[in-house]
Amino acid sequence: MTKSMQRDLFPGALEMMILRTLKRQPMHGYALVQQIKRTSNDLLEIEEGSLYPALQRLLKEGFVKAEWGISSTNRRVRTYKLTAPGAKHLEREVSSFERMLKGITQVLAPGEL
Amino acid sequence: MSWLTQLFSRRRLYRDLSEEIQAHLDERVEELLADGLSREEATHTARREFGNVGLIEEDCREVWAWPSGEEVFVDIRYGLRALRHSPVFTVVALSTIAIGIAANTAVFTVVNSVLLKPLNYPKSEELVALHQIAPGAEGLADFESGLLLSPSMYVTYSERNQMFQSLGVWITDTANVTGMAEPEQVRVVSVSDGVFETLAVPPAVGRWLSPPDQVPNGPKRVMLSYGYWQRRFGGDAAVVGRNITIDSQPREIVGVMPKGFQFVNADFDVAAPLAFDRGKLILAGFGFHGIARLKPDATIAQGNADLTRMLPIWMDSWSNGPGTNSHIYETWRITPMIRPLKQELTGTVGELLWVVMGTIGVVMLIACANVTNLLLVRVEARQQELAVRAALGAGWTRILRTLLVESLMLGLMGGIVGLGFAYAGVRLLLAIGPSNLPRLNEIALDVRTLGFTLVLSLLSGLLFGLIPALKYAGPGGSLALQSAGRTTSVSRERHRARNLLVVGQVAMALVLLMSAGLMIRTFGALRRVDPGFSDARHLQTIRIAIPDSLIAEPERVTRTQNEIVDRLAAIQGVKSVGFASDMPMEGVDSAWDEIFAQDKVYSGDLIAPLRLYKNISPGFLQTAGTRLVAGRDMTWSEVYALRPVVMVSENLAREIWGTPSAALGKHLREFKDMPWHEVIGVVQDVREKGVQEKAPEIVYWAPLVHNRFAPAVRTATFVIHSERAGTDSFLNEVQAAVWSVNSNLPLASVRTMQDSYDKSLARTSFTLVMLGIAGAMALTLGIIGIYGVMSYTVSQRKREIGIRLALGAQGGDVLYMVLRQGTKLALLGVAIGIGAALCFTRLITNLLFGVTPHDPLTFVAVAALLILVALLACYIPARRATLVDPMVALRYE
Repeated sequence: MTKSMQRDLFPGALEMMILRTLKRQPMHGYALVQQIKRTSNDLLEIEEGSLYPALQRLLKEGFVKAEWGISSTNRRVRTYKLTAPGAKHLEREVSSFERMLKGITQVLAPGEL
Repeated sequence: MSWLTQLFSRRRLYRDLSEEIQAHLDERVEELLADGLSREEATHTARREFGNVGLIEEDCREVWAWPSGEEVFVDIRYGLRALRHSPVFTVVALSTIAIGIAANTAVFTVVNSVLLKPLNYPKSEELVALHQIAPGAEGLADFESGLLLSPSMYVTYSERNQMFQSLGVWITDTANVTGMAEPEQVRVVSVSDGVFETLAVPPAVGRWLSPPDQVPNGPKRVMLSYGYWQRRFGGDAAVVGRNITIDSQPREIVGVMPKGFQFVNADFDVAAPLAFDRGKLILAGFGFHGIARLKPDATIAQGNADLTRMLPIWMDSWSNGPGTNSHIYETWRITPMIRPLKQELTGTVGELLWVVMGTIGVVMLIACANVTNLLLVRVEARQQELAVRAALGAGWTRILRTLLVESLMLGLMGGIVGLGFAYAGVRLLLAIGPSNLPRLNEIALDVRTLGFTLVLSLLSGLLFGLIPALKYAGPGGSLALQSAGRTTSVSRERHRARNLLVVGQVAMALVLLMSAGLMIRTFGALRRVDPGFSDARHLQTIRIAIPDSLIAEPERVTRTQNEIVDRLAAIQGVKSVGFASDMPMEGVDSAWDEIFAQDKVYSGDLIAPLRLYKNISPGFLQTAGTRLVAGRDMTWSEVYALRPVVMVSENLAREIWGTPSAALGKHLREFKDMPWHEVIGVVQDVREKGVQEKAPEIVYWAPLVHNRFAPAVRTATFVIHSERAGTDSFLNEVQAAVWSVNSNLPLASVRTMQDSYDKSLARTSFTLVMLGIAGAMALTLGIIGIYGVMSYTVSQRKREIGIRLALGAQGGDVLYMVLRQGTKLALLGVAIGIGAALCFTRLITNLLFGVTPHDPLTFVAVAALLILVALLACYIPARRATLVDPMVALRYE
């Protein structure tokens, strides 16, 4: 189930969703998973494990920052925060995704067939 | 973040990561607990949802790693740990590789220094030796040096050539230096104009010999070698302009050649001008080595064509005197065959060194086979570990890489240790190598050698690593968790690789042992050859030169030599004394001349065949132990009376007159105006150029002869037969005896005949020792290989053997079973080896003497030896197999 989901996501989709989620507010890994699940109305269930390599990639690129802190449930967690380059990157990615989506929608639109 | 801080913060980064993931899991577990799951269920669910923690952590780390480079580091660390955990395997494998690499590096060092490195001259690739052959000049064409150049040839070539930048001729000689503490004999190289220009090495001090120095009867000048300058003048730069007395003649020093300068293949102390008198040159006098520098883009072929073009010009320009035919040399069919100076220098040593390199290379292959076998066993034992790794998600490429990195590391470590051994090995090689090995002083480890060792280490690491790695970790490799660890029986397939390796090892060892065996047979055959002298150990030889500046009159020279003989004979313990222009195997350039027999017809003005000649004193033959086949020795009174008597070698007597006794009373001469000499004695054939060379035909003149060019032999080798030969006290007495006759005479080339004899065998004994070492190594490694495989097989079949014994098999049956298996492998190896040896031993034909490359005796002996040794190597494990206790074997596992 999760395997097929992952295959259906295009490369960069997970990173885009992470950045978008972090834009709203900084959060730690576990919360990120829950948040993405919730906002997609449980349509997307990302594999928890694949989140962490994606976070490391974003960290390395400098799109997010990480800081150890205390969560609302009072546990030691590592909180991720969007950076300025990260915000710019997200904007670019979203606009190119929208163009792509538009293209795909047009091709899939009924009546043309 | 720069890569440096990345590297240092790496550890913290990874720790954070693990902690973070753990926190994630904890949080999930808590949530699930809140949902009412038991702790156990919650933990399982959280883990299942999360996925493979180890794999994900690794994926995360990979983000930070340098692409794959870091994984190799991990593999290296892992490999080092694995090697540390099995010290016995590591030590055995490492020492096998190290010894193999050491032997190869040592031999390669010599090959590199002697054959591969360019000579130590500027643009040395342009340098050529003016070699030429003359198939029509009988006698001369037999030997390596071909036909040397005459001075007139040099002048024509030098003035009329179009393809050479410069050229010159040179010759080596000895001279006496006096006026210092003790008279000393020095090595002289006499050079024409153009020689130093050709070699193009600038002097360290002063200047080269120049054209004004080459004027006959002009100012006498010399150059010094660096070594002689240091030894005699303490490296004093003010030496230029000073005089040195050479052969009783003062000469002005004009320059010193730099340290490390090698004059072609000659060691020299002093370089003197040849100073040809052009007005007196004739066509003949073929005694000079030619050297030249080709024009930058000229080829060897163009050089040869240029020289060929000049030969008629040479014959037209010069003469051998009135009434002679200048074009007589057309019958000699002189053909220029110039060759690169390097080739000229290294000569036949190249072939020998490549043979040695090849055999040592085969030893390396055998060593690699052994290590491969060890690795196969090891990988098999580690199957479980590898299977676990595969189950944990390592792909086959990853496991393959781990195994390869490990074997490459073994190779590299072996290379490093081997390099240390190689340094000692080179020392050993130099000690046992032929002392006349060219470029001996240039032999050293250099960058190219280090590169060779590195490549060899990596290649061998790859070679012995690839087979086990591919077999067990390749795509579709037999990594199976369930079967590893509990082996019920052994499939044939699992042993195929090992058995093949053993067969290959035995085959290669057989080829090497065969070569070594053939060398032993060669050595034996050479030792059995009668060299033409006897009791070599007790023959003391010394060389004494009497220059005409010291004693001018020929008869006085001979009388002085006679007096020396008498004084030497008076020394206590001396049996007899004599002298000759040179001794066999002494390495002195031979003298050749046309010899006419009185009762033979020489058509037209054809030149008679060239014969080697010597001058010998009465008593020389008896002293040297050279037998008279017929007739008698000459006497001193005949010598002083200039009685025209001569002796000839047995083969010359047979060639001209049929039998030795038929030669007695016949006459011969060397020049038209020389009186006919009566043959009074026939001497046994002497292996003049070394035991393996055919004995040349020789004419023996008296020390004082009726000859307008050289009436007396001035440089002679004295030979003293005494039990005391070679001892210090004896040599002191010899020196005193010589100086009591004339205190200006230095003693040179002091040695025993045994030294010369051993030196002439040096090439063969060197090859023998090297092939012997290679053969012994191959044999040892082969035994270890067979023993290892049989031991392992037996240990693997313990259960099966236990069952057999429990079912009533006798110890003998089991012994036979194991022996049969080992013997089968050995026999197969021997069969393949014999086939290979039939092809390969032909390559060393030129190194053999008195034995064919397919010598049946050697083949049978070596094959029998190998089979016997193989049986022995199988016997110990077989014996162990019979001692298996069925109960213990079955309870085991």
